[in-house]
Amino acid sequence: MGVSLATFSNKDLVSPGCALGLYLTINVLKKKFFMIVIIDYDAGNLRSVQRACEKVGLTSEISSDPERIFQAEKIIFPGVGSAESAMETLKKRGLDNAIVDFSRSGKPILGICLGLQILLDHTEEGDKKCLGMVSGACERFRFTDRTLKIPHIGWNDIQINYKHPVLENIKDGDQFYFVHSYYAKLVHGTEVVSSTTYGNMNFCSILAKENLFATQFHLEKSGELGLKILRSFGDWNP
Amino acid sequence: MLTKRIIACLDVRAGRLAKSVKFVDTKDIGDPIKAAKEYYDDGLDELVFYDITASSDKRAIMLDVVEKVAAQVYIPFSVGGGIRNVEDANKLLGAGAEKINVNSAAVKRPDLISECALAIGTQNTVLSMDILKVGESREFPSGYEIVIDGGRKRTLIDALEWALRGEELGAGELVINSIDADGTRNGYEIALTRMIAEAVSIPVIASGGAGKPEHIFEVLTEGKADAALIASMVHYGDYTVRELKEWLQSRGINVRLRY
Repeated sequence: MGVSLATFSNKDLVSPGCALGLYLTINVLKKKFFMIVIIDYDAGNLRSVQRACEKVGLTSEISSDPERIFQAEKIIFPGVGSAESAMETLKKRGLDNAIVDFSRSGKPILGICLGLQILLDHTEEGDKKCLGMVSGACERFRFTDRTLKIPHIGWNDIQINYKHPVLENIKDGDQFYFVHSYYAKLVHGTEVVSSTTYGNMNFCSILAKENLFATQFHLEKSGELGLKILRSFGDWNP
Repeated sequence: MLTKRIIACLDVRAGRLAKSVKFVDTKDIGDPIKAAKEYYDDGLDELVFYDITASSDKRAIMLDVVEKVAAQVYIPFSVGGGIRNVEDANKLLGAGAEKINVNSAAVKRPDLISECALAIGTQNTVLSMDILKVGESREFPSGYEIVIDGGRKRTLIDALEWALRGEELGAGELVINSIDADGTRNGYEIALTRMIAEAVSIPVIASGGAGKPEHIFEVLTEGKADAALIASMVHYGDYTVRELKEWLQSRGINVRLRY
């Protein structure tokens, strides 16, 4: 900030033009430094998400401070691990309300894996009430065919139901990296952007609702195609 | 449809890529970071690094390798070798690894598996098993025994029993590494892989013995493995990852070819 101020003369500092300049400078800096907040709730390796952001030129900050989250331009809600302990941590840190409030402001949210599941009303995992931002619930994979392993681990393809701006560079049938034992069942089919098949199960692999966009797969671990989604999220202005 | 995974295994000794035959005769064959990036660009699905550094004072080098790989490679990768507690596991995850592999230390202290599963998640806890063919007996109903410390020490533990125990303790995946096949390039130990893959409900990664594309095909079909670990085949430039995957696809194996 010191550098920016140095470009104004003393006279400028008191003029209305300077006030505007300062205002703009601060906003540019704000955008640069507080662009994306990655929500920290002890759910997995957030550094992977941050590294992927760096790779596509997005500046991000890892934080569990509700105030910081509210100031963000966009938030990323990642997550691995159990929904049960994740919900507990979110509540304990007041992050459940922070995410809901942020969403009401209309600014974009990207959910990843557990971050998608927690957006729903409920999860079978530990019989937990979730954030209720999208109508639906998470259920556990159950197969009679024992050759189908749980968790669903590995690369699987997505069938795109409709074009979404964040999927601008993604094609039907592109493959992404999944690791999960529970899957999302949405009430409104229109919110299912893409589906994926495992065994005889067809589940929601990407959901979108207004300013929410969430993937069941780990886009930060899905090679260049995953990075393309992240880059498009950076450009997205719903 | 879920694809079969091709995973490259990189043995790292004091920061350099190494390759052994039957766990001895280790040679320096290059830079692990360069190799990882090359395989990533070529469509590899996953990476495994085993730190085979003998002296513990050089273990910090591995963290540096992990950091550098994580900054360039955006696919899952796991790290094994010398992980004795949750703290070791967390250090590697902090440096950028996605999963950790436990092996000898888990045999000596099985609670290590449950501790890791609790701390970093079942899906990030991989149990790697080095297995020796000993023939069926009362002591070894499966005909295979678990060995530790780089294959040097026998344990009197039945391999199938240990696989089931590992699953129960919270391992999210199993690596089945045949000591007999390791580095021979004569093919995976199919019977062993199949026996364990059919007995557990978590994914199984076959390891040891890959020399030709046909070997990978065999272990993913007959051997019922969910993923195949390869090393020499790609490290020495005999095949590229892309060539292997295209060949497998042409033989009807569903693999990831879009990236």
